[in-house]
Amino acid sequence: MARSLKKGAHIDFNLLNKVETLNSQNQKKVVKTWARACTIIPEFIGHTFAVHNGNKFIPVFVSENMVGHKLGEFAHTRTFRAHSGSKKDEKGGR
Amino acid sequence: MARIAGIDLPKNKRTVIGLTSIFGIGKSTSEKIIEKLGIDPNKKISNLTDDEVNHIRTEITNTIKVEGALKSEVQMNIKRLMDTGTYRGKRHRKGLPARGQRTRTNSRTRKGKRKTVAGKKKAAAKK
Repeated sequence: MARSLKKGAHIDFNLLNKVETLNSQNQKKVVKTWARACTIIPEFIGHTFAVHNGNKFIPVFVSENMVGHKLGEFAHTRTFRAHSGSKKDEKGGR
Repeated sequence: MARIAGIDLPKNKRTVIGLTSIFGIGKSTSEKIIEKLGIDPNKKISNLTDDEVNHIRTEITNTIKVEGALKSEVQMNIKRLMDTGTYRGKRHRKGLPARGQRTRTNSRTRKGKRKTVAGKKKAAAKK
């Protein structure tokens, strides 16, 4: 079910504050975050986030195509290694 | 013959139904168009006058995206998901369901026909 429009997009305010201070200082720094559910808003464009995937921090560079998605969509949590019998099949995709 | 958006409409069907043979027009869009133009929805496609056909055609080209344009838009959306590296894009690339469905069983529409993997459990079968 979609989120209520009344509330607006979910944004992690700690993260937003950090990005805003970076923006006001015109700085670019990698921001470490666990806030995978945070929606990417236009202010985030051009920043790199280190998004936690449960194990490591995955660097995510935010471009304008990513606005409206969540940070977690770009830091995959599962690793799939090919099944035992089928070596050739699975190599095509990532 | 009524030819709209590069598609020949089926002659023997009612207009509301006939219009749905265009990709991008379902029943509700079709009903809306016909109501707006004041055409009898029960009229067969073959009985439409040239004027009415032209009206429908201009209405469709002016208001909604159909056929090729729509299909390419859908493809572009999928491509955007793949290029930005989202989870959904990854699922599209792998040909698996993208909306969190189970894949242990079912999801044959996305995965295609079953490809059986030969089990190498000979030793267990022997006992």
